[in-house]
Amino acid sequence: MKNTLLRLTFRRFLRHRMAVVGSIILLVIVFLIVFAPFASRYDPFEQDLLNRFQPPSAQHWMGTDDLGRDMWARILYGGRISLSVGLLSMAVAIVVGSLVGLLSGFYGGWVDSILSRITEIFLSIPRLFVLLALGMFLRSLNLPYVKAGSFAPIAFVIGVLSWMSVARLVRGSTLELREREFVVAARMIGATNMRLMFQHILPNVFSPIIVSATLGLAGAIISESGLSYLGFGVQLPTPTWGNMLSNTQNQMMIAPWTVIFPGLMIFIVVIAINYMGDGLRDALDPRHFTRE
Amino acid sequence: MTQYLIRRLIQSVLTLFVISIILFGLISSVPGGIMSAYEENPDFSAEDIARIEAKYGLNDPVPVRYAKWVMNILKGDWGNSFVSKRPAIQEVKDRLPNTLILMGSMLVVTLLIAIPLGIISAIKQYSLFDHISTTIAFAGQSLPVFWFGLMLIIIFHVTLRRPDGRPLLPGSGMVTLGAPPSLGDRIEHLILPVTMLALVSAAGYMRYLRSSMLDVIHEDYVRTARAKGLRERMVLYRHALRNALIPLVTLIGLDLPSLFGGALFTETIFAWPGIGRLYFNAALKTDYPVVMAVLLIYSALILASNLLVDIFYAVLDPRIRYS
Repeated sequence: MKNTLLRLTFRRFLRHRMAVVGSIILLVIVFLIVFAPFASRYDPFEQDLLNRFQPPSAQHWMGTDDLGRDMWARILYGGRISLSVGLLSMAVAIVVGSLVGLLSGFYGGWVDSILSRITEIFLSIPRLFVLLALGMFLRSLNLPYVKAGSFAPIAFVIGVLSWMSVARLVRGSTLELREREFVVAARMIGATNMRLMFQHILPNVFSPIIVSATLGLAGAIISESGLSYLGFGVQLPTPTWGNMLSNTQNQMMIAPWTVIFPGLMIFIVVIAINYMGDGLRDALDPRHFTRE
Repeated sequence: MTQYLIRRLIQSVLTLFVISIILFGLISSVPGGIMSAYEENPDFSAEDIARIEAKYGLNDPVPVRYAKWVMNILKGDWGNSFVSKRPAIQEVKDRLPNTLILMGSMLVVTLLIAIPLGIISAIKQYSLFDHISTTIAFAGQSLPVFWFGLMLIIIFHVTLRRPDGRPLLPGSGMVTLGAPPSLGDRIEHLILPVTMLALVSAAGYMRYLRSSMLDVIHEDYVRTARAKGLRERMVLYRHALRNALIPLVTLIGLDLPSLFGGALFTETIFAWPGIGRLYFNAALKTDYPVVMAVLLIYSALILASNLLVDIFYAVLDPRIRYS
């Protein structure tokens, strides 16, 4: 039997009912988003001023917005950006966090002191406020390679401000693994520090990293949406679930659907990811006893 | 203990110092300098900008400017807001009480919801009540807080009406403009903003208290308390709950950055004249003195609350010894 461990893990995951439901919902949404041109007949950017604020109908499943654009099409294309930002910032957070945690746990001493201080500093800054300041920067910066509505810089910034919990987690595990026999044995037969860290220790920290990556993805999607809602994230006309909500407050009276649907998408996706993370934790760490 | 406190205090001050360097470095690294925001403003000619830059020493090297800035702050001069021309620190001071009212009420409501629900869920683990409340809490933790605020406005301000046709609850501001000031009016204005923040953070605290209560219930000293024949109420509230609340206190202290963040959303959505809204508007207009003042003051508050949590912990939990 190949991959027995993987199969066991998968079977444990399937036992968590909400996690399975969440994964399926997430798969459906990702599928629709990837095949957006086939899932909607409308162009998300095409304005139709004669048909502004149309309520949801057979033609426009989620109605139209203040410029007569089809909401369903914008939700799908906006999902591409929102999920990409989430994935990219989560990747940045995981890479930075794992590296910091690995180095400070492995070397200890002054390396650990310095890196722990840096982690503490990042934990003591008012995150949303700094994100806003950085967003203010990115808006006023006219970088040649950053086009209007490009999402990479904002994703990067979110990632750089959210690696701390991963670092603490990895540091803790590394401290413990460093003293284990297999690592000591590898060191005795002359493995370099690099090899010890990346070949022997890192693979053993994968489970907690995967779990915190899932939860980090949910967090990053919320961060992006909040930032874009306030107007400091991805800039219009590129739609994201967050910036579709900005300036909708004065439309609530006449077109509540423009406020309801984008937020509902964020909510559904985030709760699905969180349940998936919950299931992954139970599946990957059998010692972990959930009391949920 | 005293030694430990002094060491932690020095550490916090040093951390604040490093944060101030980072924040200043950030603001100074805007290409073209902070006046670049005015380059496209027809009221400012290129000469005007050059003159202002020369007058305020904006062309000095960054370390020189940083030193001047810090010295001025130590003297109590945080610079003037670019927008209102008033001292930035005054702008912050004026709004501080409003933010404190909002965050204070929110914290009280949060704890009033989270503590009873957390306790009941833990005591009646796996009951129907437990399942429902943990599920709702899980959903609450996944809610984008600003969207939840917008939904509250749609439901309780736009859709639901009083018999006389007025909205059920006010959707913006702190008081009804033009109406005689009254406590009832102020409380009405608090309901939606506080609900928005409190329900979302109560979700997290409730889950946290539930699991820390479950941990404590299985401890030996709880079994001992039961064994010596104490009534169950006594065991739960005098012995278990007290210890389960300790980690919650830490959590609240360490949660301050996200509470500030939540308040920023609430204040922008409900037009609440607090620090979050001040900061949001300052960031929109690239009003650097105000932006810097808020960032630095909030960082200091967060560091102070981390310090307080440590002290609190030491006082509350005699098992912890510091060397």
